[in-house]
Amino acid sequence: MNKLSSSTLGLLVLAAVLLCLPLVLPNTFYYDVAIRIAINAVVAIGLNLLIGYTGQISLGHAGFFGLGAYASAILTSRYGWPSALALVAAASAIALLALLVARPVLRLKGHYLAMATLGLGIIIMIVLTNESAFTGGPDGLAVPALVLFGWEVSGEKSWYAVCAVALLLMAWTAINLINAPGGRSLQAIHGSEIAAFAVGVDVTAMKIRVFVLSAVIASVMGSLSAHYVGFITPGIAGFHHSIELVTMVVLGGMASVFGSIVGAVLLTLLPQFLSTLEGWETVAFGLVLMASMIFLPKGVVPTLRARLRRGAA
Amino acid sequence: MVAEFLQFLFSGLTVGATYALAALGFAIIYNSSRVINFAQGEFIMLGGMSAVALTGLGIPLSVAIVLAIAVAGAVGALIEKFAIEPAGRADVVPLIIITIGASLVVRGLVQVVLGKGTHALGAFSGEKPFVIAGATLLPQSLWVMGVATLVVAALGWFFGYTRLGKAMLATSHNTLAAELVGINTRSVLLLSFVLSGALGAVGGILLAPITYTSYDVGIMLGLKGFVAATLGGLGSGMGAVVGGLLLGVLEAMTAGYISSAYKDAMPFVLILLVLFFMPNGLFGAKTIDRV
Amino acid sequence: MKKRTLIALAAVWVAMLALPAAAQSKDPIRIGAVLSTTGPAGYLGDPQLKTLQTYLAQINQEGGVLGRKLELVHYDDASEAGKANGFAKRLIDDDKVDFLIAGTTTGATMAMAPLVEKAGIPLISLSGAVVVVEPVKKWIFKTPHTDRMAAEKVFEDMKKRGFNKVGLLSETSGFGQSGAKETKLVAQKYGITLVADETYGPKDTDTTAQLTKIRGVTGIQALLVFGLGQGPAVVTKNAAQLGMKLPLYQSHGVASNEFLKLAGPAAEGVRMPSPALLVANSLAANDPQRPLVTSYAATYWKQYKDEPSTFGGYALDALMLGLHAIKTAGGTNKEAVRNALEKTRGFMGTTGQFNMSATDHMGLDLSAFRMVEVKNGGWSLLK
Repeated sequence: MNKLSSSTLGLLVLAAVLLCLPLVLPNTFYYDVAIRIAINAVVAIGLNLLIGYTGQISLGHAGFFGLGAYASAILTSRYGWPSALALVAAASAIALLALLVARPVLRLKGHYLAMATLGLGIIIMIVLTNESAFTGGPDGLAVPALVLFGWEVSGEKSWYAVCAVALLLMAWTAINLINAPGGRSLQAIHGSEIAAFAVGVDVTAMKIRVFVLSAVIASVMGSLSAHYVGFITPGIAGFHHSIELVTMVVLGGMASVFGSIVGAVLLTLLPQFLSTLEGWETVAFGLVLMASMIFLPKGVVPTLRARLRRGAA
Repeated sequence: MVAEFLQFLFSGLTVGATYALAALGFAIIYNSSRVINFAQGEFIMLGGMSAVALTGLGIPLSVAIVLAIAVAGAVGALIEKFAIEPAGRADVVPLIIITIGASLVVRGLVQVVLGKGTHALGAFSGEKPFVIAGATLLPQSLWVMGVATLVVAALGWFFGYTRLGKAMLATSHNTLAAELVGINTRSVLLLSFVLSGALGAVGGILLAPITYTSYDVGIMLGLKGFVAATLGGLGSGMGAVVGGLLLGVLEAMTAGYISSAYKDAMPFVLILLVLFFMPNGLFGAKTIDRV
Repeated sequence: MKKRTLIALAAVWVAMLALPAAAQSKDPIRIGAVLSTTGPAGYLGDPQLKTLQTYLAQINQEGGVLGRKLELVHYDDASEAGKANGFAKRLIDDDKVDFLIAGTTTGATMAMAPLVEKAGIPLISLSGAVVVVEPVKKWIFKTPHTDRMAAEKVFEDMKKRGFNKVGLLSETSGFGQSGAKETKLVAQKYGITLVADETYGPKDTDTTAQLTKIRGVTGIQALLVFGLGQGPAVVTKNAAQLGMKLPLYQSHGVASNEFLKLAGPAAEGVRMPSPALLVANSLAANDPQRPLVTSYAATYWKQYKDEPSTFGGYALDALMLGLHAIKTAGGTNKEAVRNALEKTRGFMGTTGQFNMSATDHMGLDLSAFRMVEVKNGGWSLLK
């Protein structure tokens, strides 16, 4: 009961922040950053379900993001599909792909699973780079605007609205998923896979379902991101992006929905701050990664929560 | 036909030898700490780049090589001291992120200090190739394969017949038991990082005359070394060597017979196929987890 | 006498102090730059940034432009086009710059293009592909030669030597892929048939497989390699290792002394199109480009103890073109500057002579390329 009300409180705070933010953002550049944070946050929440709750590492999630982006881009720009239809089609195709790979991949454990997902992500990126007739190759592909129910989404303010709604929706869905009866098995797997199996949870089915779900979420946000930026390159499916996503999840706090949002905020803002360091950005980013994992191994939100609880006690 | 096949084989074995050394580095660290060191590729880069920088200062090649290996070993020790040790008993994913962070720091520092250009190291004994059955083989390739074989043999002797080596092996089998018999597992961990650093550097130095070196060669080399190690079964020394050689040869064959554009995808396709049918790699032991 | 001299000196000193104060009372001209100073294109963007910084400081020392100081705001897109897009937004909306010199890679330029067109701010791009200016975009200009021109220059030379069966080995990078596409497009125009078409990756350490395949093609007379950085050097070395006697052509992507250092003696006899900067000292005394390129080489060497690269030259030309347009327009009004840029005629840069027009936002022609050959470890200008 306690957990439910803290989550509802969190959602209300999130909604309030999203509503009030436009009042303080000085220009469209800040809206742009907010939009990118929101997109990353949604993907991170989805990835957290996989990494934090079912305990499966994925070092190639940017691959699904990239595939969604490219599918939407190619269907709309080369074949003239309406963007909403393309988005759904892309997500469905990714769902199918995820389903196909899920069973063999999820049989693997630990570092072997990491390697397999890493391999998947890199293969996707290489294919996107090489099939330039379709994808425009390393020089990228322009993406037409998103049209939702007859409304062409353009301009930072409209996109902010779309992404804010998406983020709220995702957070609410994730919390309900975790706290619902079906979601209890998710928490059980997080606690101990063997124990969950012992009490009758269909661990494999659950893992596959979460894998596919997180892949679809990444795909949808990839499509949205493609329409927003208006231009995509194969780099969005690359290893660096996958690591950024995993870091958002881990730094924010595994198995914590709000943690993923915090992680997304931190990791998206970081390059903006580092851009003033001229030449030292790589070193600084590496140091931040190391320091945050060494001093906050549980993630920001869980560590804060524990401190607050200790303070209250 | 034969000449073509031999040509692909030679280039595959040459690059495969470097993958093998990288994979061995992964294996050694994994064995002593269950850590996958994503900074392994940077050790390879450090070997080549340090050698280039040192020879650029006028230091003779042989001395530069020794110093470069020492530098990489020292960096390995630093990573162990400042990244791994503070992390304590961290989970798999945070550890992976820490080593990736460490690799970024190393790469970033080299980028700032030594610049972004590409550099060549002089070949050890000239560049006139040997012609064998219609295929050409560079003298440097022989150096790569020869030295790599020597190193692997030396490691085999070290782990099998010296006290320190056996202590390291013991730690990898069971850390608690090793501590109980008086092995300083902390030192073993430190030594494993130093050793992996040196191994990676040797590979990097050997290969630099053929393939050039720059601040970012570590990324792909490290990833492929990881693939090779996983291919052979994480933790298996022989598996690492076989995995590395196999990977190099298959890559070259893919470039030659199938498609040069997808050459880089091949290692990852291979690892996916192998893992689907042999979840513990070619030589990996079946792991038993306590719950 | 002493007292009068002192007073005169004091007066001059006060006057000198007043002058910069007067200049600073005007707003600085803000130039925004998004360059790839790290990542795979880092060695391209690095000299670009250095060139901009050096010349900005020099111009400011000489009093600035139209009495206003120059200010550079720059970000590193780490060779990722998505980041370039974000930083362009920051420059336009937050830093409020007057014009942009940006886009080390074609991907970065194309990612920024829709933003720039919508915001109505001039962008001078430093990337090579022809797609940047074809079709012409209102606000986007570029200084490097296009990859199509490089291919044409090479084919011109090949035709002269009587080659009509030629092989292509292109890099899978953006530069290489775009170059391959353009090469295939213009081959027929010069009566050339491409009898081999292989690729290699930018970080590949060995291309003997691809070269072995190419060597086996019957009747092949020459090979064009389209790539940047170390890849073409690896190819050149491998070709020598395999004992290939096939005449080798490279693209302008490796018109640099670094290529000579990396490829070593294997580079002997290699031909490529190059901006004049590379052969600055071999230019004829009355060559109109000579004073500019020799002065750039000297300035860069003085500051960085390193040879300037042709990529840095693109940045210098972009800066000079932009400032020239501002001077012509009498201010930084974006529309006026854009119009002035488009009307640029006979402007001499390190890359060549620029003649822009409403249908040509690059302004160079084939004469801006010089055909060079590697002789005795150095560059030799071909007539």
